[in-house]
Amino acid sequence: MEAFIDVERVEKVFEVRRKTGFLKRERRRVRAVDSLSFTVARGEMVGYIGPNGAGKSTTIKMLTGILTPSGGRLRVAGIDPSRERTRLAHRMGVVFGQRTTLWWDLPLIDSYRLMHRMYRIPDARYRENLDRLVEHLDLGELLDVPVRQLSLGQRMRGDVAAALLHDPEVLYLDEPTIGLDVVSKTKVRDFLRQLNAERATTVLLTTHDLQDIEQLCSRVMVIDHGRMVYDGALAGLHEAGESERTLVVDLERELPPIEAPAPARVVRVEGPRQWLAFPASEPAAALVARIVAEYPLVDLSVREPDIEAVIARMYADRTDRAVP
Amino acid sequence: MGAWRVYPAVAVGAFRRYATYRAATAAGVFTNTVFGLILVYTYLALWEARPGLGGYDQAQAVTYVWLGQALFAMLAFQGGGFEVELMERVRTGEIAVDLYRPVDLQLWWLANDVGRAVFQFLGRGVVPFLFGALFFPTALPGEVAVWGAFLVALVLALLVSFAIRYLFALTAFWLLDGQGVAQALMVTGLFCSGMTLPLNAFPGALGEVVRALPWAAQLQVPADVLMGESAPLGAFAFQAAWAVALLAVGRLVQSAATRRVVVQGG
Repeated sequence: MEAFIDVERVEKVFEVRRKTGFLKRERRRVRAVDSLSFTVARGEMVGYIGPNGAGKSTTIKMLTGILTPSGGRLRVAGIDPSRERTRLAHRMGVVFGQRTTLWWDLPLIDSYRLMHRMYRIPDARYRENLDRLVEHLDLGELLDVPVRQLSLGQRMRGDVAAALLHDPEVLYLDEPTIGLDVVSKTKVRDFLRQLNAERATTVLLTTHDLQDIEQLCSRVMVIDHGRMVYDGALAGLHEAGESERTLVVDLERELPPIEAPAPARVVRVEGPRQWLAFPASEPAAALVARIVAEYPLVDLSVREPDIEAVIARMYADRTDRAVP
Repeated sequence: MGAWRVYPAVAVGAFRRYATYRAATAAGVFTNTVFGLILVYTYLALWEARPGLGGYDQAQAVTYVWLGQALFAMLAFQGGGFEVELMERVRTGEIAVDLYRPVDLQLWWLANDVGRAVFQFLGRGVVPFLFGALFFPTALPGEVAVWGAFLVALVLALLVSFAIRYLFALTAFWLLDGQGVAQALMVTGLFCSGMTLPLNAFPGALGEVVRALPWAAQLQVPADVLMGESAPLGAFAFQAAWAVALLAVGRLVQSAATRRVVVQGG
């Protein structure tokens, strides 16, 4: 696999000056990104998550060339972003959930006409792309509406279209569904899935909404304190986070807690219903067989672990370790 | 397609943006007309007491006033052009969006300011000027060539005005909050451009200094070209020299600013 994004032991150190007294300043070095390495293949769709201040935005800024790394090596499509920011800009699209690239006071279409010139998009391709984006993102009615009158969901769809008019090879999305209602979220996600499938656009998605990741990304990278703490399949995150699945058992009558083989254990009893927790990495079959054999079973269901809980635990673990 | 074609598009967009604020434009026309009246009567009293002050007769002094009002919004003597937006974008971190674009930051904002200036000239400048020319004795030239020279001086004035404000605005990359800078820009702009009094009327060393500063290229120099008080070529050279020097410094500061950029917020 060809590495489209290649990050090798990249560091970013900021110098922060803090006031420590009258006219006294203390210089402190803050390591926002610490020896970060990863690669993303062309056409991959990767979730990039971490708590606030973990270094996500700093990474994106280095990948797009507006911040220069303090150390390490970084390439996107073979280009060193901070050296050739403008050249790379033609090949990437960026969407910020909380910021807009659109012209606030003017109709949406004016911003697209500007993109047409800015990215030097050939006329035929511009029209074709615009038609396609307008259709998929449901923008037809909005083209003549000044951007300041658009709802958040409409504006976000407008921004996504603006980022894609020039057929970028890579799309950086920063909180693309923040503040959107369920319908708008679904629209944006459906569109991104389709974009990735049909055009093989490489997508790096930063979000706090884990449903975005669950529905879009097969791979997820978790960063904390500037370091990569997990990089792999979404499923594997559960093992890494030592997460547990829950078996919900309905018995014929109220009974004392089921004596399950460790590490499975009863975590809750409510009348004839009991909840058992067991490691997500283990199959449920053995546990289920045992309960069927020894207890008067009526019904059962398995609940998958909540990814949010998994990641929260992962962060908590690291914090515990960081503070002795 | 050429890369330059984005800049006219930016200018057109900026023009249309300002055109959407009709009430603000009408209010601006009214304000400039009223201020023009106040200044005209002040100047008339002053030139009554000191005939020939600064080498102007009364009609020239009156012309100077209305020209100042006509160019006030266009050249943003006291700020209020693109620089307000640029500083705000640096403060909020929106500037990141600009930096992701395949455009030159300085040209982008220049195009923006040209669009704004053309609108402000047509929308806010022409009416007060015609009002002044209609109701007061003015010293306007008859020859087309002089008007042509005046237009060239106006274009150069806009370049200098942009270059000054761009430099002020770039300080936001270091100071982050642009309020103090905006005030400094306003005070120096009003005084040094000759909005309060023609720079020709400033006495002694102070007069020598302000007439040599770049702000003089904005109102004093175009006024003198229009009223035949200075030779156009010398005037152009003075303006162009400041424009080139300040734009070049702007580029240097810009590259330093974008290199040290710490984009605010996330």
